[in-house]
Amino acid sequence: MSHLIGRGLCFNRQGQSILGQIDVHIEAGEMLGLIGPNGAGKSSLLRLLAGVTTADAGRLTLAGKPLNQLPPKRRAQRIAYLPQLSEIAWPMSVEHLVALGRLPHLDDWQKTSLEDRAIIDRIIEQTDLTAFRNRPYNTLSGGEQARVQLARALVTEADILLADEPVSALDPAHQLDVMALLQTYVQAGHGVIIVLHDLALAAHYCSRLQLLHQGRTLAEGRADEVLTDHHLEAAYGIAINPAEQQPQHAFALPWRRIESKDGDR
Amino acid sequence: MVSLPQQRLILILCLLLACAALLSLLTGSTSLPLYAALQQSFSDTQGVYGIILTELRIPRTLVAMLAGASLGLSGAVMQSLLRNPLASPGLVGSASGAALGAVTALYFGLSASFSLALPLGGIGGALLATLTAYLLAGREAGPLTLILAGVAVNAFALALVSLLLNLAPSPYAVQEIALWMLGSLANISRNELWVMLPGTLIGWLLVWRRGHDLDLLTLGEETAGSMGVELEKLRWRLFIAIGLIVGSAISVTGSIGFIGLMIPHILRPLVGHQPSRLLMPSALGGALLLLLADIGVRTIPLDTEIKVGVITSLLGAPFFLWLILKQRRSGR
Repeated sequence: MSHLIGRGLCFNRQGQSILGQIDVHIEAGEMLGLIGPNGAGKSSLLRLLAGVTTADAGRLTLAGKPLNQLPPKRRAQRIAYLPQLSEIAWPMSVEHLVALGRLPHLDDWQKTSLEDRAIIDRIIEQTDLTAFRNRPYNTLSGGEQARVQLARALVTEADILLADEPVSALDPAHQLDVMALLQTYVQAGHGVIIVLHDLALAAHYCSRLQLLHQGRTLAEGRADEVLTDHHLEAAYGIAINPAEQQPQHAFALPWRRIESKDGDR
Repeated sequence: MVSLPQQRLILILCLLLACAALLSLLTGSTSLPLYAALQQSFSDTQGVYGIILTELRIPRTLVAMLAGASLGLSGAVMQSLLRNPLASPGLVGSASGAALGAVTALYFGLSASFSLALPLGGIGGALLATLTAYLLAGREAGPLTLILAGVAVNAFALALVSLLLNLAPSPYAVQEIALWMLGSLANISRNELWVMLPGTLIGWLLVWRRGHDLDLLTLGEETAGSMGVELEKLRWRLFIAIGLIVGSAISVTGSIGFIGLMIPHILRPLVGHQPSRLLMPSALGGALLLLLADIGVRTIPLDTEIKVGVITSLLGAPFFLWLILKQRRSGR
């Protein structure tokens, strides 16, 4: 059983506090949704957990051991990270790019084994990339590229997946597919921390939500505990439209903007 | 373009290289009956053919292959490390540093009194320049900062070379330095081979088995870091490797440009753009190109021998033209 726990995490950039005293934890079999307005510190928190930056204060442990004592390669086997924006340097084929996700498990000059290939094939199929597997990455659309990146992170089969807005570029059908795929990944005994802007998807698929605002945790818990009028107004400046005022069609906006009380948010 | 299986590409390049090497042994101002030359070099009585073969042609051919392989390999490493298809081995200062070291040795006449001064100066200069670029850029530099640091180091080293040329005591010294800078494989003997071998081999060993790391860098520095690549260590290691490899090559051959830029660029589509699969073919391709250029130099019937560095630079310009046309066609 491996769980990732962060206590009192602080992170500053150029003298500005990005994260102040954040606690976060994730266990196998759960999907934690990180939500919050732009600039709340969600991506910074994910980068700390992925080990690509170091916290200015606080403690990070994986299965009880300090994360920074784990050799980078061992850490990479257990924590996979999917950044929000990632420029691919060379127009490699989809299959070869996805296969890179297996490298943390291989020695320096080892080639992918049959077992690795089976995992890669399965994930390519699950992310609906079979038709593209031999295409160069730069010929794909934005949403297809996002799925390649997700597939790359999934084939690592790490205990914990940190995904920064993996569905933002996807069409509604693929959003649902990817969320369902992540849910099966969680049910198979992995832990997922996912940054989401779509509160409906977050409420529906995540087992727990953590709402960040200005580098701090504003609320944490089940969806109905976190997504309250009070929290949404404080964090985003929006309010949920009451059901009785909703127009009677499926595309009603679930929330509306509240005029910000100057500088309040 | 169709990507070939890597083994087949390597096999083809090896075959071409073997043919070119044979041709290189047979090419020169004296036509060499190979069988007689071989016989002579294996017998106790040394004949003139045997001496030409073992003392001149074989070292020249081997140095051309080693230097070309080094330049091609370090170009592939540099482009993958900096994630930039226009990076060249000289970008972080190795080539100009080597030139400065070698020219310093020539200028102060060190090479006349101590024959190893020139190559050692070149290797030292290359290492010093690459490490300066690395330290200038800082530990957590992005590729762009590294390139800028390299540009600064390059400019400074070349300015110092110009200063030395400017202050040179005699026209002979100027000529000696200027001709060296053009890059040539003439007058190569076995000594030069032994001089360049250690640095080259150590450098190659440092690059050995870094293929996975370079592959992961395709995903970006940060993602690669999350996947276990220790970027700082990797950069140190590869910078030292490139300093050694390029320094060893340049200090023996003089400045030879464009091989490190062209070869990886041409071969990349053939290996499906994967950095790790590009390393070996680039080394072979670099060896092949320099060897062919050197054979060309020896076949051109001119009174003054054209320097091989001039030939590779002449190839460089049309190569860029081709790049521009390709970019325009793909509409970017």
